[in-house]
Amino acid sequence: MRFVLNGRRTDADAPPLKRLLDVLREDCGLAGTKEGCGEGECGACTVLVDGVPVNSCLVPFAHVRGRQVTTIEGLRGRMPEAFVREGGTQCGICTPGVLMAAAALGPRPTAARVREALAGNLCRCTGYAGIVRALAGPRAAPRPRVRAVPRRSAARRRARD
Amino acid sequence: MRVVGRSVPRKEGLAKARGAARYVDDLRFPGMLHGRTIRSTIARGELTAVHLDFDRAGFTVVDHHDIPGRNVVALIQDDQPFLVEREVRHAEEAVLLLAHEDREALRAASVRVECCAGAPILDPERSPQAFKELAIEKGDLVRGFAEADVVVEGEYRTGRQEHVYVEPQGVIAVPGHGAMTVYGSLQCPHYVHRALVGLLGLPHDRVRVVQTETGGGFGGKEDYPSIIAGHAALLALKSGRPVKLVYDRLEDMAATTKRHPSIVRHRTGVRRDGRITAMEINVLLDGGAYCTLSPVVLSRGCLHATGPYRCDNVRVRGRVVMTNTPPSGAFRGFGAPQTVFAAEVQVDRVAEAIGLDPVRLRERNALRPGDTMATGQVLGRDASALAVLREAVKRSDFHRKRRAWRGTKRGIGLSLFFHGAGFTGSGEVMLASKASLDLTERGARVLVGSTEMGQGARTTLAQVVSEALEIPIGRVEVAEPDTSRVPDSGPTVASRTCMVVGGLLKACAEEMKSRLGGLSPAAYLRRHGPLRVTRRYEPPPGIVWDDATYRGDAYATYGWGCDVVEVELDPVTYEVRPTRVTAVVEIGRAVNPLMVAGQVEGGTAQGLGYALLEEVVMRDGRMTNAQLTNYMVPTTLDTPPIDVTILESPYRHGPYGAKGVGEMPMSGPGPAVANAVRHLGLDLRSLPITPEKVLECVSSSTEDAPTPTRRH
Repeated sequence: MRFVLNGRRTDADAPPLKRLLDVLREDCGLAGTKEGCGEGECGACTVLVDGVPVNSCLVPFAHVRGRQVTTIEGLRGRMPEAFVREGGTQCGICTPGVLMAAAALGPRPTAARVREALAGNLCRCTGYAGIVRALAGPRAAPRPRVRAVPRRSAARRRARD
Repeated sequence: MRVVGRSVPRKEGLAKARGAARYVDDLRFPGMLHGRTIRSTIARGELTAVHLDFDRAGFTVVDHHDIPGRNVVALIQDDQPFLVEREVRHAEEAVLLLAHEDREALRAASVRVECCAGAPILDPERSPQAFKELAIEKGDLVRGFAEADVVVEGEYRTGRQEHVYVEPQGVIAVPGHGAMTVYGSLQCPHYVHRALVGLLGLPHDRVRVVQTETGGGFGGKEDYPSIIAGHAALLALKSGRPVKLVYDRLEDMAATTKRHPSIVRHRTGVRRDGRITAMEINVLLDGGAYCTLSPVVLSRGCLHATGPYRCDNVRVRGRVVMTNTPPSGAFRGFGAPQTVFAAEVQVDRVAEAIGLDPVRLRERNALRPGDTMATGQVLGRDASALAVLREAVKRSDFHRKRRAWRGTKRGIGLSLFFHGAGFTGSGEVMLASKASLDLTERGARVLVGSTEMGQGARTTLAQVVSEALEIPIGRVEVAEPDTSRVPDSGPTVASRTCMVVGGLLKACAEEMKSRLGGLSPAAYLRRHGPLRVTRRYEPPPGIVWDDATYRGDAYATYGWGCDVVEVELDPVTYEVRPTRVTAVVEIGRAVNPLMVAGQVEGGTAQGLGYALLEEVVMRDGRMTNAQLTNYMVPTTLDTPPIDVTILESPYRHGPYGAKGVGEMPMSGPGPAVANAVRHLGLDLRSLPITPEKVLECVSSSTEDAPTPTRRH
């Protein structure tokens, strides 16, 4: 069956009801798309079909006949660098799916828009803070502050004791 | 400092963000089979028969008769079998293993397990069997209560929590000639190695365990990987082919360990001026069907049960018991989130009882440098409870919001907490961890058994070495954790990796630097040949612990934290929504501030899930909501902005002053949420605070309105 994978015409010989996720990983050799739950809840397997993010664990292969499928391997741009810079990736298993869902967002979204668009992508490591920073910019979400323990409180502590 | 204290980019970050990082399910071996686990169907009883209702051609079938070594998962007690022989102790026990090259055929194979059912023990309060009991005593409780003006009692409960690492458990076992290699998603390769040596009856050097890129652990991949690795190895041994065993989400949630459910009772004596004079605390944990790590979880829980407060008269009693449910196990915080929840809600109730502001009461009693803890440990200069408390109160504008929001649908609450860094008690001494550093042409290679699972160990450890060797971080490689190549650095748990293993590596790097004597690595190698430096853990001077009496220095040092959580109550759905979190931690020194913040932000989100959303529903000893559709973890929309402040107060014996951070952020949100809900006038003392519980509380409190707190 023919479809366009990351901009290239592709012909894969797989059963029509096979999950798109498995076709990508097993038949096309693209392991960047991950399986987290197999029930469409975690978003780790998100890919774009004709530019729209879908959970590839819920899409039968037949559904993408003649359509454009984009996976993390076909993603262009500097989003990965921003994720690394802002702490948007930790264990990394959700990251390809998060990036694919974010790819449909357009440039410089607001923090609120990011949260809405990524509500279907579970991340258990970051608390989403680094992800929001990476996509909406550090001004939209707080970066951590580092301070020495104030001497004042150390002095007061001694005075009390 | 050149590198320490900088947010150096994660070493494997781009590979992860480009989808190039390879996790265990991404690996394939020639001739590889897939594995499947057949489990018991009842919580307690005896296995009587197993019927294979399929054509066995192409299948490998393994039961306990196929085990060449010992049928026990080596951990603390040798009580848990890899495969059931006769006795069934919980409903998810592995009975039989199947392998086949076609996953569809494997899934379609029908197996019937017949058991003779007994009456399961499901209520921990009625369990006749304890895995461990302990007591921590200080001073004289009778005198302490006699000195008190008011005594406050309370019972606090928390439920199971599932880790929900987004990558499920998985391994691949590859058989060799009289040897076995296991690749897997795991935290502690040397734990798995030890379990496999016992199971397979092979010499140590014939078993090899390699950690693959790991998609989250949170404690869930501390002990369970020994079991799944054992199962895959048995199938590989019998079939003579590589076997991949990767759980789907349902199996992972139903069968693997959870956070221990808890019931904690407090009795606190306090004087009118706010000084706490007595604390009597009873901790009960549900350990599930087998011991796993429960005794240590109980220890850590009890050692944190007083909260970060000074008190002259303390008695903590702890008990972890057997029930016929899947075993509880390690989960970030390791007993402390349960007991800190109880302690911190109790402290707010004590403040209410004497009409004192909750911040004032905490300031009055917070542990200070030089104070003596319940175990007799005297705190060092880095005891920062007051500093984190004051910073969080100021940063969040706590007092103003507390006054302004009274009587509205908004609430604000706080929690003050601490966390012992490193293994509990004599654990670090018994582990005697090792770390090595090899000189390479360009710089150095780190050889440790510590694993990267998202927390940033790989990058942070490289930073420590880079700083000490005075070479660019890009010249420090970190070897793959492979038990045939790296020393046992102890498990990657207990907020110990940066402090303990980082400390060893710093010492290695300093020795290497002096051995180089100014030569470049390449020049040294040409002149003197290979150089490896190894260090073994020695406790800091003056650290003493007695396991029998629970007296002494339970941890070399502690991290300190304060969370302020702001919430809104939805008057229609009774959902409590967190709107902002202010998190302040003191962790010695942030080797990599971005990684530290990642731990705080992620741990806080996980703590908010524990507080509000995550409920494991059990029926007949089984999890009935073992899927992400109805076991809910926080999404982007459930997680508010988290404002993180990292305070530094360098710890003398940590590398560049670093203490531990990984677990601590898990302890704060539960009680801070409950205290914010108290601010709304709702007295809820069990987690998670679901809309159902809020509804029930609102209904009963309209009949019996709580007395308002006096203001000062």
